[in-house]
Amino acid sequence: MSARTLRYAAILLGILLLVAAPWIPIPLPPIFSEPVRAPGTLNVLALCFVFGALALSYDLIFGFAGLLSFGHALYFAAGVYTTAVALARWHWTLPQALAFTLVLSILLPLVIGAVCLRVRDVAFAMVTLAFAQAGSILVMQNPFGLTGGEEGLALGVNALPAFLIGVANTRNLYWLALGLLACTCVIGWWSVNSAPGRVWQAIRENERRVAVIGLNPYLYKLGAFVLSSFLASAAGTVYLLIEGSASPDVTTANFTLVLLVMVVLGGVGTLWGAVLGGIVYEYLDFRLVVLSNASALQSLPPVLRVPLSEPLFLLGVLFIVLVLFVPGGLAGALRRLNPAILASSGSH
Amino acid sequence: MSTVSTVALLLLTGLGLGGLYFLIASGLSLIWGLMRVLNFAHGALFTLAAYIAWQVTLPLQGGNALVAWSTGLVVAVIAGGSCAFLLEVFLIRPLYARPIGQILVTVGVALAAVALVEGAYGSDPKQMTLPAWMAGSIHVLGTDVPTTRIAIAAIALVVLAALLFFLRGTRYGLVIRAGVENRAMVEALGIDVDRAFTLVFVIGGMAAGLAGFLAGTYFGYIDPVRGTSMLIFAFIVVVIGGLGSITGSAIAAAVVAVVQQFLNFYAAPGIGDFSVVILLAAALLLRPRTAEST
Repeated sequence: MSARTLRYAAILLGILLLVAAPWIPIPLPPIFSEPVRAPGTLNVLALCFVFGALALSYDLIFGFAGLLSFGHALYFAAGVYTTAVALARWHWTLPQALAFTLVLSILLPLVIGAVCLRVRDVAFAMVTLAFAQAGSILVMQNPFGLTGGEEGLALGVNALPAFLIGVANTRNLYWLALGLLACTCVIGWWSVNSAPGRVWQAIRENERRVAVIGLNPYLYKLGAFVLSSFLASAAGTVYLLIEGSASPDVTTANFTLVLLVMVVLGGVGTLWGAVLGGIVYEYLDFRLVVLSNASALQSLPPVLRVPLSEPLFLLGVLFIVLVLFVPGGLAGALRRLNPAILASSGSH
Repeated sequence: MSTVSTVALLLLTGLGLGGLYFLIASGLSLIWGLMRVLNFAHGALFTLAAYIAWQVTLPLQGGNALVAWSTGLVVAVIAGGSCAFLLEVFLIRPLYARPIGQILVTVGVALAAVALVEGAYGSDPKQMTLPAWMAGSIHVLGTDVPTTRIAIAAIALVVLAALLFFLRGTRYGLVIRAGVENRAMVEALGIDVDRAFTLVFVIGGMAAGLAGFLAGTYFGYIDPVRGTSMLIFAFIVVVIGGLGSITGSAIAAAVVAVVQQFLNFYAAPGIGDFSVVILLAAALLLRPRTAEST
């Protein structure tokens, strides 16, 4: 058997294991305290998958098109809030709400991207941040009583079809999140290997050269922006279905910064690295919150206890260390540890 | 209240807020102009300095309020400058060759510092005590304007004058202005640009620290998340005013803050904040050149 066949077999086995996870009764002691099939574990895994998909969508514009957007949270939040408002306030059915979100999550980045892409580099970063902030203000202001302001917006019991509600149906949400991640991966892989995807990477390396060849970088960048934002909105919708409520936290600038941390943690410019980063970040965030409540930690002196019980502090420091000492993120580190991965993965 | 006095109140309050925006934006703009670093940690410097000043002046509370306030002001400026110095030397300097890495490190610092402050002091606001004369108001054009607004606008003007003098009238200022124009040429002349980088970062940090303390004076309290939202408005100010231009930042800060105040009052709370972003979009559509980072 060639290395290539082995690799495909390993991927297939991995996918089968992930799909079958809700039936696996085995506990994984250091990673999860409960068996994999327990609703709590499935819920964490589902959130990890959503953030993996979200990180991948961010990597498309940041890692592949080279656009440092600081407003990616806006599109995730657009998916969350559009679906939430349609379901909870207007009492639409799920398919109607999804169709509405679909249209909006293409139009919104089209308009905002068209304005933001008139500037480059750092100005682009600042302007995307400003638009995201406008979105955050809008949600906080609770226009027409739609978004619920700081309180957030909870989906009622009747807002969702029965198969998505209740602890017993967590497995359905788990499969939904897994499906989202799979679709995002396929679209992401297909898009970066398509002709426009090659142009994105060319723009990242040297935009002027792309223009000299006779292509219009603006249109390609706008395409990348819209596709990536659309995928983020899709992740937002699934996130809403898992959480059951929309919180204004997902609209904040901090959320975009956290996304950036995920992608850099995993490895900028590699799709699987970004997915890994999103999953690992979300998992760490979950575990560190558990850790911060541990009794061993509470007995430490305040100098140690205060920083250690703030997950965002630990993750921020981890991020700084990664940027300083591990430039390629987890993906880069894994490659350096095992050159065989690089050799067997061909051109990627 | 007559229309004239309402307008006067909104205008002067807006100029006070504009003063805060300018103090943050001037540092961002200088740092960007010379070093091409987008300093996301600027909001963290703002917050850290405000909390350090609050902590240091805690024993002075209950005594002479003026002494406590002035000490706080000086401590905040020193704290802002020191934190900026440490940030530049230990985290930015190793990454001179990696511009994206520099931005990312400042993002990490921004997240970690705010989380640390939140962990140590909680997310509830901390009250600031003001000297009696400052807690009152001044009678202008038939309306009572809080003294803090006018004081902050005045302090910002003094800082603007000092920065302009420093940039145009001193040797270091000359090096910095030359560095903004053409870094390679300044290096070729044998001037240590690295030292100028650290200096600019420290000046920016001092201004951010001052802004953090004065924001506490303006709002009457300090909290861990104010820095982030102020930073975003400062970004808008920097882009509208033209990256790297101090005077541009000053004018844009005043315009942005006044527009924000008027619309928040006459339209609806929040509309002012929202319209500032629209202002930014309009500025970009009408004259995208100003924001080009070349």
